[in-house]
Amino acid sequence: MSRLKTKEEYQKTKAYRFFHWYSGEKDPYLDKVEMHPQPEKPKEELTIEERMHDRQIVIDKVYDFDKNKNMKLFNRFYAIASIIFCIIFITILLIAVSYLPRAGSAMNPNNNEVSKRYIENGLQETGAVNIVTGMILNYRGFDTFGETCVLFIATSCVMILLMVNEEKLKDSIELNDRRYEPKNDVILQKVAFVLVPIIFIFGIYVILNGHLSPGGGFSGGAMIGAGMILYVSAFGFKKTQKFFNENTYKVVKVSALTLYGVLMIYYFYTGANGIDNHIPLGTPGNILSSGMILPINIFVGSEVACTMYAFYALFRRGGL
Amino acid sequence: MQIFNYILLAFLILCAVSVSFSKNLLNSILIYMSYSLGMSIIWIILESPDLAITEAAVGAGVTSILFFATLKKIHAIKGEDKVE
Repeated sequence: MSRLKTKEEYQKTKAYRFFHWYSGEKDPYLDKVEMHPQPEKPKEELTIEERMHDRQIVIDKVYDFDKNKNMKLFNRFYAIASIIFCIIFITILLIAVSYLPRAGSAMNPNNNEVSKRYIENGLQETGAVNIVTGMILNYRGFDTFGETCVLFIATSCVMILLMVNEEKLKDSIELNDRRYEPKNDVILQKVAFVLVPIIFIFGIYVILNGHLSPGGGFSGGAMIGAGMILYVSAFGFKKTQKFFNENTYKVVKVSALTLYGVLMIYYFYTGANGIDNHIPLGTPGNILSSGMILPINIFVGSEVACTMYAFYALFRRGGL
Repeated sequence: MQIFNYILLAFLILCAVSVSFSKNLLNSILIYMSYSLGMSIIWIILESPDLAITEAAVGAGVTSILFFATLKKIHAIKGEDKVE
């Protein structure tokens, strides 16, 4: 060994002690200070009534307008300031409105070549009989993709805030929440039994016929979500979980968004590079026409339906 | 048709004002629901049925249900006629 010092000698050097102290292995108070564990003080627990009483005293003192002149002054100032602020805000907005172009004038910026192109070439380019859907999902597909992402992020935020992990806690929350409302109400159940299938079928119809008739992914999805909320409030979460639980939710939602993204990327890539995208547009008016609009409608619809139902379920019991 | 349109618009303004002036939160939500329904009829008159469908499903249906759930969570709906 090439050590110059033995271990005991080395332990006395300053370098050793410095590194020892630096790495936090040395306790400077060990064997130098006498240490007794402190006896725990008994906590004086105020009852709720006492606490409320104290609170009430504070509130009474603060809002005692006869003696508390400052509070009175502040209240008056607050009222006047709010009125002044409102008036200033309204004036600014009215001035801004007065600079807007006159409604109905032919020179308005909205009468440009874009809307003309949509109306004249929309059917030919997108193959959708319903121009609105063709515009939303084809010309402005990127917008709709952003909206779908917003819905996804919104549900994620609600999940972060309201999600409860334990199954027992969920049931107790639900029971707590249902205190004032009837459980297994016969009238509601009968009405839901008749209405829910009709609502579902109408929602699916609106989604699938988005490119032919008014409606589309968002409206149809909202309808299906509303139908599911009706079903849940009539029959309870136990029955709904048989066909729609957390796993289904995750699979449907994530796969819908991913497939939508993949389709959009394909569209953008081929469009930006001027390549033919090899998607047949079909004859306008058929259900299997207008290229990518039908699958995108289905994805948006399932996404929206999941969002609507998830909001309600998370609000009611903190889980799906 | 024009008169019907004016009546609906007046109804909308009335609803919008009374939402903010009603003391009871439950009443405000109900008024807001009727506002959404009036709005969806106006969308149909303006020949945009897809917006009307969405407004009726989201505005009158889901949003107000979420409002109700929230009011329940913060105990703003009290069981006044509670049977004990």
